[in-house]
Amino acid sequence: MENVGVCDEFVNLKATELRLGLPGTEDGGEEERQKVSCCKSNKRAFPETEKDIESTGKTKPASPPKAQIVGWPPVRSYRKNNIQTKKNESEGQGMYVKVSMDGAPYLRKIDLTVYKQYPELMKSLENMFKFSVGEYCERERYKGSEFVPTYEDKDGDWMLVGDVPWEMFVSSCKRLRIMKGSEAKGLGCGV
Amino acid sequence: MDLRLPSKVLEHILSFVDSNEDRNSVSLVCKSWFETERRTRKRVIVRNCYAVTPEAVARRFPEMRSLTLKGKPHFADYNLVPDGWGGYAWPWIEAMAAKCPSLEELRLKRMVVTDECLEKIAASFKDFKVLVLTSCEGFSTDGLAAIAVACSNLRELELRECIVEDLGGDWLSYFPETLTSLVSLDFSCLDSEVKLSDLERLVSRSPNLKSLKLNRAVSLDALGSLLRLAPQLVELGTGSFSDKLDQEAVSKLSQAFSEMKELKSLSGLWDVLPEYIPLLYSVCPGLTSLNLSYATVQMPDLVELLTRCSNLQKLWVMDLIEDKGLQVVASSCKELRELRVFPSGAEGLNDTNVAMTEQGLVSVSEGCPNLESVLYFCVQFTNAAMVTIARNRPNLKCFRLCVMEPFAPDHKTQKPLDEGFKAIAERCKDLQRLSVSGLLTDKAFEYIGTHGKKLRMLSIAFAGDSDLMLHHLLSGCESLNKLEIRDCPFGDTALLENAAKLETMRSLWMSSCCVSFGACKLLSQKMPKLNVEVIDEHPLETRPDSSPVERIYIYRTLAGPRLDMPEFVWTIQKNPEIGVSHLAIK
Repeated sequence: MENVGVCDEFVNLKATELRLGLPGTEDGGEEERQKVSCCKSNKRAFPETEKDIESTGKTKPASPPKAQIVGWPPVRSYRKNNIQTKKNESEGQGMYVKVSMDGAPYLRKIDLTVYKQYPELMKSLENMFKFSVGEYCERERYKGSEFVPTYEDKDGDWMLVGDVPWEMFVSSCKRLRIMKGSEAKGLGCGV
Repeated sequence: MDLRLPSKVLEHILSFVDSNEDRNSVSLVCKSWFETERRTRKRVIVRNCYAVTPEAVARRFPEMRSLTLKGKPHFADYNLVPDGWGGYAWPWIEAMAAKCPSLEELRLKRMVVTDECLEKIAASFKDFKVLVLTSCEGFSTDGLAAIAVACSNLRELELRECIVEDLGGDWLSYFPETLTSLVSLDFSCLDSEVKLSDLERLVSRSPNLKSLKLNRAVSLDALGSLLRLAPQLVELGTGSFSDKLDQEAVSKLSQAFSEMKELKSLSGLWDVLPEYIPLLYSVCPGLTSLNLSYATVQMPDLVELLTRCSNLQKLWVMDLIEDKGLQVVASSCKELRELRVFPSGAEGLNDTNVAMTEQGLVSVSEGCPNLESVLYFCVQFTNAAMVTIARNRPNLKCFRLCVMEPFAPDHKTQKPLDEGFKAIAERCKDLQRLSVSGLLTDKAFEYIGTHGKKLRMLSIAFAGDSDLMLHHLLSGCESLNKLEIRDCPFGDTALLENAAKLETMRSLWMSSCCVSFGACKLLSQKMPKLNVEVIDEHPLETRPDSSPVERIYIYRTLAGPRLDMPEFVWTIQKNPEIGVSHLAIK
């Protein structure tokens, strides 16, 4: 796995692999701790490794929940809680969701309540990130587009934007991700 | 002939000696100086509440007027210390109530403070003036009411980032009408709404009020009327800055701000809407401290604000400022001394605005000649950037870099960040506090050990290769006072070899490292003046010497083992039968 190969250069050895479980114990350990290793990270990998993933044709659209390391990054709970509250409150007036696009260095936030239907949303996204997504049609979805808009719903599943009625989308969308077309193959079938 | 200085003369001389460091030196000269000093010391600071007993402190300093205490280790801020570990304020308050009833000021940090504690303070210290609680927990708003109602000479009541059981806003109404001495009030960490009319009356009858930090529940409209009542404020923490106001209210608020000629520090600004930022323009030139770290202001709006803050010395902001915003800081805020940039995403990496990179900090290091304290959260970093920063700012005293991706190397060269931190340690000769992160090998710590001679506090996470790392630090950093380490692969050998060093330090914290139980036992045996606490929430049933411990907290103490340990804290006093014959020391 390319991912592991690249990381091995840095991390070096299983012997120095750092885990939050008790050293000396193998997999498992306490439930509340999870493994930490850059090889297992689902975060945006270094640019090289991302290309590797794409070239091997692996589809990784549905990222499993990322490892939550206790107390990392080192931000006081007080501060974390207050940012959290902010998020909840903003859900009251306007539905702000984060939008990321593969390969773009910026994250954006948009207010879903500002749009009335999908075409408006798509136009806005296209303007924001300077890409084009082509036509959405029921049968073939975004076939042929270089970029495919996807979103994470309340259950943590990654779905194609446009598959469900607009209102359902607005109420269940947690965040948006504009994926490279090749990566989103897995989402084409089934919802 | 008695050539000693008469104690009355010495007392008079000592009344000019404020610094506790100097007073500590004075007390070592001879017995009579020790006696005179201790009887005249008014301000006592105990930076580890378990290093000494409350009774001993009360006995030594009978004229104490001000007591400052710190409890839990720093990593408690990041949930690494289990609940119930300790840090209780009660024994101190009880001891002071009995022996030092003239106590006027109490400042507690990271301690467990209960309502009983607050009631005891209210009942015991007749001239109580100052209560400052930072990162404390365990009390409710009922305790605050007790303080409010009883302390008739109260000057300062500050709750900084405390976790308070909020039973409502009534507590504020308990300040009696006769209380007119208030200088500082900070209730920014509370949730509930206080009664505005009571707050207004309190502010109107407090002519000496200089610092007011409101909580989020105080509306923008209410802010207007409060500012009109207290235009003399030097420090202001606003409440929520997002209600929709009509034109008249907006211009009234603008007027109120422009009347505030003394304002130096501004914070709060929760949820600030971009259209309200211009309201702040009139106070910007006077500001020396600006805390925008809870304000979700995006970059373009920030720029207008920051270009007007030419006298700013302290800036706390979120990474929403982006590199571009930091460039503006570099060109507009030439007096800047302290910069803190916090992550805007609560969940860390995936939420982080990647448009802020190492470049932002480089710009500030170039443009701000007085920059000496940095806290910077960033997704990734480079060695070149750190080398540049070190070259620009050899006057750095505090450099805390948090590369949020564990083991992230230099994102341009893919090398470890060793060279970068080497430059910082080497060039910044007055560096006192350092936090390292990113991919680091033992080499980085060799550099820090070699050059970090003035380093007092060091924080390390996910770094290093072996015991050498710890060895370099403990043997090299002469001034090391506090060392905290998490998730690094070493333990026993370096720890035991440098055991003597631990007595010269305030404390050492290590969690999720490779320290064995046997080493802890041996260390405890070797160093009786240290408390070696093994903090294990999930210990194995039988604890072989080779088993690793979850956390170890070692601190020097005159008080011996503490009496308030929960069951998940082990010290050697709990288990006197130690067979140290087969220790697994790597």
